[in-house]
Amino acid sequence: MLSQFLQFVFSGVTVGATYALAALGFSIIYNASGVINFAQGEFIMLGGMAAVFLTTAGLPLPLAILIGVLLVGLVGLLVERLAVAPARNAEVVSIIIITIGVSMILRGLVEVTLGKGNHALPHFSGDRPITLGGATILPQSLWVLGVSAVVVAFLAWFFGATRTGKGMLATAYNRLAAQLVGVDTRKVLMLSFVMSAMLGAVGGILIAPIATTSYDAGIMLGLKGFVAATLGGLGSGFGSIFGGLVLGLFEALTAGYVSSAYKDAVPFVLVLIILLVRPQGLFGAKQTDRV
Amino acid sequence: MKSTMKSAAVAAVLAMTVAGAQAQNAKVGAVLSVTGPAAFLGDPEHKTLQMLVEQTNAAGGLLGRKLELVSYDDGSEAAKANGFTKRLLEDDKVDVIIGGTTTGATMGMYPMVEKAEMPFMSLGGGVVIVEPVKKWMFKVAHNDRMAAEKVFLDMQKRGLKSLALISETSGFGASGRKETLATAAKYNIDIVADETYGAKDTDVTAQLTKIKGNDKAQALLVFGLGQGPAIVTKNIAQLGVKLPVYQSHGVASEEYIKLSGAAAEGVRLPAAAILAPEQIKDGDPQKKIVVDYVNAHKAATRSEVSTFGGHARDAFMIWVDAVKRAGAFDKAKVRDAIEQTKGFVGTGGVVNMSATDHLGLDISAFKMYEIKNGKWSVLY
Repeated sequence: MLSQFLQFVFSGVTVGATYALAALGFSIIYNASGVINFAQGEFIMLGGMAAVFLTTAGLPLPLAILIGVLLVGLVGLLVERLAVAPARNAEVVSIIIITIGVSMILRGLVEVTLGKGNHALPHFSGDRPITLGGATILPQSLWVLGVSAVVVAFLAWFFGATRTGKGMLATAYNRLAAQLVGVDTRKVLMLSFVMSAMLGAVGGILIAPIATTSYDAGIMLGLKGFVAATLGGLGSGFGSIFGGLVLGLFEALTAGYVSSAYKDAVPFVLVLIILLVRPQGLFGAKQTDRV
Repeated sequence: MKSTMKSAAVAAVLAMTVAGAQAQNAKVGAVLSVTGPAAFLGDPEHKTLQMLVEQTNAAGGLLGRKLELVSYDDGSEAAKANGFTKRLLEDDKVDVIIGGTTTGATMGMYPMVEKAEMPFMSLGGGVVIVEPVKKWMFKVAHNDRMAAEKVFLDMQKRGLKSLALISETSGFGASGRKETLATAAKYNIDIVADETYGAKDTDVTAQLTKIKGNDKAQALLVFGLGQGPAIVTKNIAQLGVKLPVYQSHGVASEEYIKLSGAAAEGVRLPAAAILAPEQIKDGDPQKKIVVDYVNAHKAATRSEVSTFGGHARDAFMIWVDAVKRAGAFDKAKVRDAIEQTKGFVGTGGVVNMSATDHLGLDISAFKMYEIKNGKWSVLY
């Protein structure tokens, strides 16, 4: 009984960590611009696909990962420069719609150039499961959890202790005031896109051995990541992680103890409840508009 | 008065040009899911039809007429298939329609096809396409019920009596689940677990843990398409579930073995002979047909062959065969000829159609495979 419960928890935490990484990407861009970037799922997909194709081209895995992440960072830069920046003065909603368009373009480009097949990366440190209290967990899941933790720590340091990071936060609070004290808010938006693209790529690469990847893998991950971000509170780093893990755990426990048929309804029911009871999310800052 | 004269003249000219075009080219209409989630089905189907039309034309055409392929991509949206069917019927004036990559698209297209009295070769997998029999619609893909039955027969051989089922929530998985549950009793198989997973799920260990904890289960059947079954297979290995594992014909492609890796070892599944052409016995009538198609497909598309492309091939060739027997492109005559198809050897099996059977395949069309050393190995 306990081993079964433990297995559901492992399953939930693994899936939850991937949702959390996706949610973090949403939060970074939301912080810098108030925009929800619906191409975040595609950044995740691009990371996985880039690493797959670089390894099949003969590159060793670590190098393929590094180049893959940098490449996707470059894509993030291009997306910001070519699609988002020109519409800088438009309404937030317009920019959100632009990101939906970008996601379709990225998906289509990958479909045409790299094909429609599914691909898997080799596991980083073998696929022999580790047994713990009668339940099993893959070493790759530990990679996902470990790297997520490192990323969160890095982001906490970046936003809390570096000048650039503080500048980004300042822009999030009040763009005009940030400009007045000398923050280059245009650079902030650019940086936020590059960062969340690279973050997405890292996530996509980490889960590719477990979940496999294909040109349309980003749709579901992006959606679940968005739900996780809303759950935890858009813009809150801790909230993203928490939202992702809660979502993963709820899904796994529902599949385990209730019925797998209801599993996919869980995230949407959760988000409905949260939006009704606490619209800013569990850890989101309360929005106050001065009248 | 003048204007009616004018429009009559225009209509006459139009009719003449249409008639002129028809005398030159016979049109093969297709609505396929070349992009979108069902692209792995629709893409090889599309490429196969292109290849076959070229081959037929290079060999002098059909009844002295060149063929022309008019193919539309419904983007895996069943609702769009409807609009394209209208276009094929009203604007392109095709002689046959091949398609409906999925069961959903097929059923959406059929009412219009029936009204237009057009021979229609569906590539979808659901039983509903041919049960009850619909006058103008024929089917080439194996029924999911046959896959379930083949698995039950194999279980009987191994003395296994109870089955845990895990199916995908997609149309294919849901239909497979329904057929599995409906036919199990006939073979004295108990379904002791009935779990589902989403097509895009990245982890299925929760459902499998439940199955693992079920003492009554003696075997496990996975019913799904694409990458989902590969993830299930990997999770089975991760959890150390010791049950014999069956997959459906939905994973009959190299990709499944590649994605699942070592975890796929020992997995059994029912699939058509095309899965391992080199293992077809020499005397088998399917041997030459399948090997020829595989080689031509490789040469023309430089991609691996799949059972799904094979379905498009069979649909096209059954129609060609019927046109030849009818000696005309006349739609009613061709329809009757398709219904009288007997002993047609295709990549999917030997087809014997009748007024009550618009599929014409029996369970012998499926062979049982086991994955050994990362390769398909035909058992019987």
